[in-house]
Amino acid sequence: MWGIHEAAEGVKLLRKGIIGRKLGMTQVFDEHGVVIPVTVIEAGPCVVIQKKTPETDGYAAIQVGFQPVGERALSRPLKGHFAAAKVTPMRFLRELRLDSVDGFEPGQEIRADVFSAGEYVDVTGTTKGHGFSGGVKRWGFHRGPMAHGSKYHRGPGSLQSRKAARVFKGRLMPGRYGGERVTIQNLKVVRVDAERNLILIRGAVPGADGSLVTIKDAVKAR
Amino acid sequence: MNTIELLEQQQLRKDITPFSPGDVVRVQVKVLEGGRERIQAFEGTVIARSGSGPRETFTVRRVSYGVGVERIFPLHSPRIDRIELVRRGRVRRAKLYYLRGLKGKAARIKRKSQ
Repeated sequence: MWGIHEAAEGVKLLRKGIIGRKLGMTQVFDEHGVVIPVTVIEAGPCVVIQKKTPETDGYAAIQVGFQPVGERALSRPLKGHFAAAKVTPMRFLRELRLDSVDGFEPGQEIRADVFSAGEYVDVTGTTKGHGFSGGVKRWGFHRGPMAHGSKYHRGPGSLQSRKAARVFKGRLMPGRYGGERVTIQNLKVVRVDAERNLILIRGAVPGADGSLVTIKDAVKAR
Repeated sequence: MNTIELLEQQQLRKDITPFSPGDVVRVQVKVLEGGRERIQAFEGTVIARSGSGPRETFTVRRVSYGVGVERIFPLHSPRIDRIELVRRGRVRRAKLYYLRGLKGKAARIKRKSQ
């Protein structure tokens, strides 16, 4: 396999990540008094539950859990899984694929302070579901006139020239919109509050308030 | 209180002089000029306050050399050194946008009797 442990010089390794809950957005003043829009994420504390190495699993990753849950909510196989790691059961389990898992052991805690202000991260989440949406909302099609006798309001318009006699693949059409996994790259960490497990990230992050998000080192680090 | 409200609470400045639309204020603004900071005053009538929490802003209008100038300040901005209350005014509405269409004597605001 190509360069799991040996990355080219100058290339930052993907070394850490955390999962958390999106709380919502607000704004903060930076040191110059400039207003910055931020998303507040309650990140962790997470616990490492399983360690996957290239030798045993073919790739390097850690499985982390977030938010403790009662035994009652677990199936037998899951109980065994948590018992093997000797950790309290968690509601959400996610795998973080990293360049190197050295230094991680099952049972280890990951807190918000693995990230610090000024770092760049990628944030993954599930976008808000919009249901079956038309082309205007889903693809940004232009709208027709809504009045003055116009009968063309929000329709998709022409699909192709008549000459083509068929619809080519990839034609943008109405359909299910949202509710998909999306990663936003290169967001800046504005502030970290380790005490209250908060990470403030500049800009918007996929998903509704209260939804689960994964924060990792930026792949395309600046 | 939820976490977001708590974060916003921390942003608020507690040293703000209470003032309302119609008042004349002098806003002492910190400006960066050639690497060093100095304070610049902007004096005028408050014609609006809008928003709430850390997003609250206020609009100050003054007529300078015959030209109307309005500046909108974030109320809780650390860029504002202090706000001095020059004179209180008696007005009957919250937004004084009608002042934009008036000038001279007509644009005066009555003093508020204490």
